[in-house]
Amino acid sequence: MSKIYNAIFAAGITFVLACLMIGVKLNTEGTTLTVSGASGEQWSWIVGGIVLVFLAQLFADRIDTLFGKLPKPKIGALLPAEEKRATLKPWLLAALIVGLLVWPFMVSRGAVDLATLTLIYIMLGLGLNIVVGLAGLLDLGFVAFYAVGAYTYALLSQYFGLSFWACLPIAAGLAATFGFILGFPVLRLRGDYLAIVTLGFGEIIRILLNNWTALTGGPNGISGIEKPTLFGLEFTRRAKEEGNVPFHEWMGIDYSSSYKVIFLYLIAVILMLFVVYVINRLTRMPIGRAWEALREDEIACRSLGLNRTIIKLSAFTLGASTAGFAGAFFAARQGFISPESFIFIESAIILAIVVLGGMGSQIGVILAAIVMTILPELAREFSEYRMLLFGLLMVVMMRWRPQGLVPMKRPHLELNQ
Amino acid sequence: MTETSLYLIQQLINGLTIGSTYALIAIGYTMVYGIIGMINFAHGEIYMIGSYVTFIVIAGLMSMGLVSLPIVLLIALIIAIITSSTYGWTVERVAYRPLRGSNRLIALISAIGMSIFLQNFVVLSQGSRDVALPPQISGGWTFGDPSVFEVSFSYMQLLIWLATFLTMAGLTLFISKSRMGRACRACSEDLGMTNLLGINTNKIISMTFVIGAALAAIAGLLLGLYYGVVNPFVGFMAGLKAFTAAVLGGIGSIPGAMLGGLILGVTEALTSAYFPSEYKDVVAFSLLVLILLFRPSGLLGKPEVEKV
Amino acid sequence: MSQLLLDVNGLTMRFGGLVAVNGVNLSVKNRQIVSIIGPNGAGKTTVFNCLSGFYIPSDGSVMFKGEQIAGLKDFQISRKGLVRTFQHVRLFSKMTVIENMLVAQHRHLNTNLLSGLFKTPSYRRLQDEAMDRAAYWLKEVDLLEFANREAGNLAYGQQRRLEIARCMVTQPELLLLDEPAAGLNPNETKELDELIIQLRDEHEISVLLIEHDMGLVMGISDHIYVIAQGTPLADGTPDEVKNNPDVIKAYLGEE
Repeated sequence: MSKIYNAIFAAGITFVLACLMIGVKLNTEGTTLTVSGASGEQWSWIVGGIVLVFLAQLFADRIDTLFGKLPKPKIGALLPAEEKRATLKPWLLAALIVGLLVWPFMVSRGAVDLATLTLIYIMLGLGLNIVVGLAGLLDLGFVAFYAVGAYTYALLSQYFGLSFWACLPIAAGLAATFGFILGFPVLRLRGDYLAIVTLGFGEIIRILLNNWTALTGGPNGISGIEKPTLFGLEFTRRAKEEGNVPFHEWMGIDYSSSYKVIFLYLIAVILMLFVVYVINRLTRMPIGRAWEALREDEIACRSLGLNRTIIKLSAFTLGASTAGFAGAFFAARQGFISPESFIFIESAIILAIVVLGGMGSQIGVILAAIVMTILPELAREFSEYRMLLFGLLMVVMMRWRPQGLVPMKRPHLELNQ
Repeated sequence: MTETSLYLIQQLINGLTIGSTYALIAIGYTMVYGIIGMINFAHGEIYMIGSYVTFIVIAGLMSMGLVSLPIVLLIALIIAIITSSTYGWTVERVAYRPLRGSNRLIALISAIGMSIFLQNFVVLSQGSRDVALPPQISGGWTFGDPSVFEVSFSYMQLLIWLATFLTMAGLTLFISKSRMGRACRACSEDLGMTNLLGINTNKIISMTFVIGAALAAIAGLLLGLYYGVVNPFVGFMAGLKAFTAAVLGGIGSIPGAMLGGLILGVTEALTSAYFPSEYKDVVAFSLLVLILLFRPSGLLGKPEVEKV
Repeated sequence: MSQLLLDVNGLTMRFGGLVAVNGVNLSVKNRQIVSIIGPNGAGKTTVFNCLSGFYIPSDGSVMFKGEQIAGLKDFQISRKGLVRTFQHVRLFSKMTVIENMLVAQHRHLNTNLLSGLFKTPSYRRLQDEAMDRAAYWLKEVDLLEFANREAGNLAYGQQRRLEIARCMVTQPELLLLDEPAAGLNPNETKELDELIIQLRDEHEISVLLIEHDMGLVMGISDHIYVIAQGTPLADGTPDEVKNNPDVIKAYLGEE
């Protein structure tokens, strides 16, 4: 009996949730506000939803047992054995890198462009993964450091004519400085306060970029940002600088705009590999162990003489510098940036990538970044549902698989006896 | 009186008006935090939904030919409270209860996911553009020398002050006198112990979300009428501000949330009086960072002693 | 007279209106085992929290090796050579035993990011040394064979020993043990007893101990302090304390 009561209750709740917010539409007609009922199709969806909730509640235990019987996918079992993997790994890695470098010459420009965008998200995901996954600090203003990197390159290039390659370390360094200045005071705070403060910081940066029109161009942003060069060779039809030779003339081939796209892609691959290498090393270094230890038991760490502020700060700063790095490249690729690109939603997307992939897991984050950037492109008709699904995904993942698709496997240090 | 001081009085009135609505939203944060020690990230969206429901009901009743404003407002208030509370209750059941007792980071991410979901749910169902409601309550008092500066205090502002005051008084009475209120206070002292004493803490936690959502709905109605505009993104900023207010007053403390809301509202109004109004958000967040650094327990909160 | 290793005078800790510790004095000499005993809730752990910097004492002085340490941060005190354990085992349970030992040596390792990225010789050398030190201490507490096991999977008695080894690898001069025998069986308690004596006699460190197991306390302590309701009640050698009428009264109640 109580089951039926529960089911009716749940159905009633669903009805209250849906009837006004979905069932009625607000329209502005001139100066008056009117309402209209939703289309019959939408009402049938609402009724369908209510029936579904009713049935799901009524047969909740049976559905649960059904799910319990489903075999859990074991990704680990798909991989070859431990020892075999160790010998295979360098070969696989080499093949992968060669594949990454050769692949763009065989596909369309659009595909290469999308791949470059994916690589940017991979870098951002890996950067945030240091902060959230490895150090366990929830940073909701990550996009602020991305913005700092992008504007650093854009402004230095515009005002001082500095090249992309010179600006890359400066952008990373400046983003790290911002991370340091923000992190130093706030990292002493509890985790949820940190989340809110970083969220506020992200908004402050965006508001400043929007309003400091004299420097940043305000909402109009900065356009005409220089593209990177290959040891001084430009990828334009004609050299912009006096006495410079464009790439295609130097090579003695015909001009093609896809060279530029491929060149940008290759830079992104190299930057991404660099980031992967650095983070991979970090997890094996004392600092990586300290992050993990701090996540597990902060009090024990303090009693052993670990300075938690410095250790958290190092994660925060390294994450920020990765975002700065990605930001500088983003500015160079787009040639145009504005505060629009650095809103909270971007931070949320990057966080969703980390959560989906598996907090702390590098391979997971890379796979998630690929899925999250390519899927919306493939399913364009669903693009308006993108953020809705991201939000849903975060809730669902935390409930059923908080460790992510590919759970982190930290490299253990072994004692040889 | 001089122009400066009249101008200051005007900003003070505006600030207290906005501040009292911040206080209403902030109570939702503070009550939930007091009991389960978690930031309810989706709370701002609940407020936003409250505003939408108010607009829907008012426009609906008006088009049906009901013109008596008090009745329209009363019906709108009741329906907004019911709908928002249902959302608050559902959010707790779906996104937070299953995660109780797990890692804080995990619960926090789930909360953020819920906030993003609700915001985009409204974008999809009601569109992302501003929806405007013509002013329902107009007029007010003015004083001061018209040739220098005229201070205005509108009926709408009076309504906000009165409604906030009555709600706060009612809540304080409820928390201090009723059985439920007592259970609520017990939970925020020690959740585990209260559970052992045979009180259904799940019910109390649900109720906290419902009360918080109801107050957010009242704020949604008041601010919706005051600004006359709503869009799916207003909840995000209002939520952040209200959280700042809660922290400012001392998170977990209900009088603190009220005080924090008023201080924040006045600070913002004074900032926008002398600087471009966009910078009021910067000031609000800077205030948040400063409080957390120098007085993390807020103005009226109890300092936490770390258990080793 | 040799200088005191730890010299505490008038240590007081107030939480709001509650005085948890009131005017406690105690001193520890080099190579000494000193115990603090007292009924439950007497404020013993609060004393430890004050000494190790987890609380900042409201009043009083804490001199360690002739230097005032009251008011220093927890990690600073630990680096000076005063390291503690906890009433409840606090291991990094998802990490292996050897990794637990390495985290404790964090500041003895080369934590420069660049050296780590390029595995410079100094980075390797310090890491090897840390591994050797870890192996040495694991051998001392009889856990060497479990070095690559996850710490959370060890038996309870082993976890207790690992916690002590993890403290020792930081090379302390004074070890604070908070109820190390809690939850151990008589056999394990005896091993612990031997280990603590060995720490004093072979490794020349001092131990300050909170313990309820009177057999252990009376057997190994050089000096005992008794605290009741936050205030010092008595102190002296085990025999003196055993026969002190105030102590008997505090433990057994008024006749």
